[in-house]
Amino acid sequence: MSELLVLVDHSGGQPRKISLQLLAAARAVAGDLGVDVAAVWLGPGAADAAGVLGAHGAARVHHWDDADAKGFVTVPQVEALEQLVAAVAPAGVLFASSNHVKDVAARLAVRVGGGVITDATGLAVDGGALVATKEVFGGDVITTSRVADGALPIVGIASNAFAAEEVGGAPAELVPFDVTLSDAARTAPVTDVVQQASADRPDIAEAAIVVSGGRGLGDASGFSLLEQLADLLGGGVGASRAATDAGWYPHRYQIGQTGRTISPTLYLGAGISGAIQHRAGMQTSQYVVAVNKDPEAPIFQIADFGVVGDLHQVVPKLIAALEARRG
Amino acid sequence: MRIVIPVKWVPDTAGEKQIDPDRLTVDRTSVASVLCPVNEFAIEEAMRIKEAHGDDVETVVLIVGPEEAGPTAAKALSYGLDRAVRVTDDAVAGSDALGTAQVLAAAVRTIGFDVVLFGNQSTDARTSLVPAAVAELLGVPSITYARRLEIADGALTADREHEEGWDTVTSPLPAVVSVVEAINEPRFPSFKGIMAAKSKPSDVWDLSQLDGLDSGLVGADAARAVVTSAAPRPPKAAGTVVTDDGSGAAADALLDWMAEKKFV
Ligand SMILES: Cc1cc2nc3c(=O)[nH]c(=O)nc-3n(C[C@H](O)[C@H](O)[C@H](O)COP(=O)(O)OP(=O)(O)OC[C@H]3O[C@@H](n4cnc5c(N)ncnc54)[C@H](O)[C@@H]3O)c2cc1C
Repeated sequence: MSELLVLVDHSGGQPRKISLQLLAAARAVAGDLGVDVAAVWLGPGAADAAGVLGAHGAARVHHWDDADAKGFVTVPQVEALEQLVAAVAPAGVLFASSNHVKDVAARLAVRVGGGVITDATGLAVDGGALVATKEVFGGDVITTSRVADGALPIVGIASNAFAAEEVGGAPAELVPFDVTLSDAARTAPVTDVVQQASADRPDIAEAAIVVSGGRGLGDASGFSLLEQLADLLGGGVGASRAATDAGWYPHRYQIGQTGRTISPTLYLGAGISGAIQHRAGMQTSQYVVAVNKDPEAPIFQIADFGVVGDLHQVVPKLIAALEARRG
Repeated sequence: MRIVIPVKWVPDTAGEKQIDPDRLTVDRTSVASVLCPVNEFAIEEAMRIKEAHGDDVETVVLIVGPEEAGPTAAKALSYGLDRAVRVTDDAVAGSDALGTAQVLAAAVRTIGFDVVLFGNQSTDARTSLVPAAVAELLGVPSITYARRLEIADGALTADREHEEGWDTVTSPLPAVVSVVEAINEPRFPSFKGIMAAKSKPSDVWDLSQLDGLDSGLVGADAARAVVTSAAPRPPKAAGTVVTDDGSGAAADALLDWMAEKKFV
């Protein structure tokens, strides 16, 4: 049976949350496409992940264990996928629509004559072909798209668009494959990996709850308050450009048109006005809560629950109430 | 050393946009278009490299678009870049990201390059596919999402931003780079820069002038990702708003709402 390949995005030997969501997306269409769901793991660690990948519906995991997969920028992963695609002739490839993985998808598409759709929030099968739904222009417009006949569909799935679910499958069958790397694949080495994010706090793209702060926090110390709130909720912490520009929080947490796009179940913005460029990165969140002292702030137009008030009063009270609830 | 800075002509984010029902994309006559703001960071970085390395650096702005995109190239020149190339050809219309990459890669090849400096995403389509696809077509490394870039002795070092921090990488030149806005603070064009832009060399090419372009891979018929429908997002129902009395007591109402929605 032909396969729908799921490129597993992993870190520290663990599949990221998005990878399990990708498997859910693949399962949603595998029946109609008449294909198996197979994971692809590039770099060391597949054997340890076979259990969780199988439990989430991967029949097998194609793996290439070479450390070179992550030791050089992008091209080794592209060559591995190119060679795997040639060997197994898949029905399509699903990938995590995050920044560095998009590069792999783009280069792969050029090599194998594929068509790429990024940031899909829904998948369906129509006339035997994959059809993807996505939100464009900052979530203002919803489109459907498909890949042209004869081109390999390479489809990026947005975070939190599909719910990961254990379906009780046996551990994925381990299927190693060999890759012949070109010299060009080894020209741009990764010389250092700097991990700055707290290991205990989820990334904003993965988190079900994101607490986000803006200029209204007043200074960088306001983010400690938001981190406290996020940690009580098991959430991540994001920021507006006004806050990242001021150096109060790192740029990689910037939400918006020129930052990242998130779709958590709950977005809670404190001291953020809700400028159009900010909304472009969060308006597809399921629920929006805003705390802002200005009742006219545009964020209230998209808020499911709004508090007009001083965040320096409201947020500490919310933290205290949450702590009291915990006991 | 030659740096090519591809820039994009995008609809103004703040403008109301209409969808063209036939082409299933934004009707560009319905909204003002601007130089993609993310490109300003690439232009700034090119200027800084030029200032650090002196006169042997040539900076070339490249734009693919209709004649109306001309002022966008001029705007890019006003920051201090040396010259412009605009590729204008009706056959480009309807290209997907990979088709656009074909045109850009061929134009970059025709100009000749050591570094191609993109923004990490455009403010309209935001696929982020083009820089890596162009690198693939040119057969060079794609050093994307750079939050720091240094160029010396025919090689570059960059910090590539990701979710958890960054990777430091090195690469020989030529290379394709994309930058995130954390990399610098763009200058404003000076009056002198705006005046000088008018007399800088600007070429206009059609597809037949691009080296090694397979025009069968460009345009609507070649697009491998095809939009089949587009509809505006349905408006959101108004939510609940409570006003705090100054004591923070409204936090209780918020907590009740969060409990009702099962967030706590
Ligand atoms: C090309 C371009 C790209 C951009 N990209 C992005 C992007 O990716 N992400 C992004 O976020 N922005 C982006 N912006 C910037 C955007 O236009 C806004 O300037 C920015 O989002 C404002 O951030 P803010 O809401 O934190 O600050 P402000 O707009 O200044 O709002 C601060 C809010 O805090 C409230 N406030 C103040 N004190 C308190 C208090 N004590 N308690 C409660 N509320 C308080 C105020 O009422 C106000 O509403 C971009 C802009 C441009 C031009």
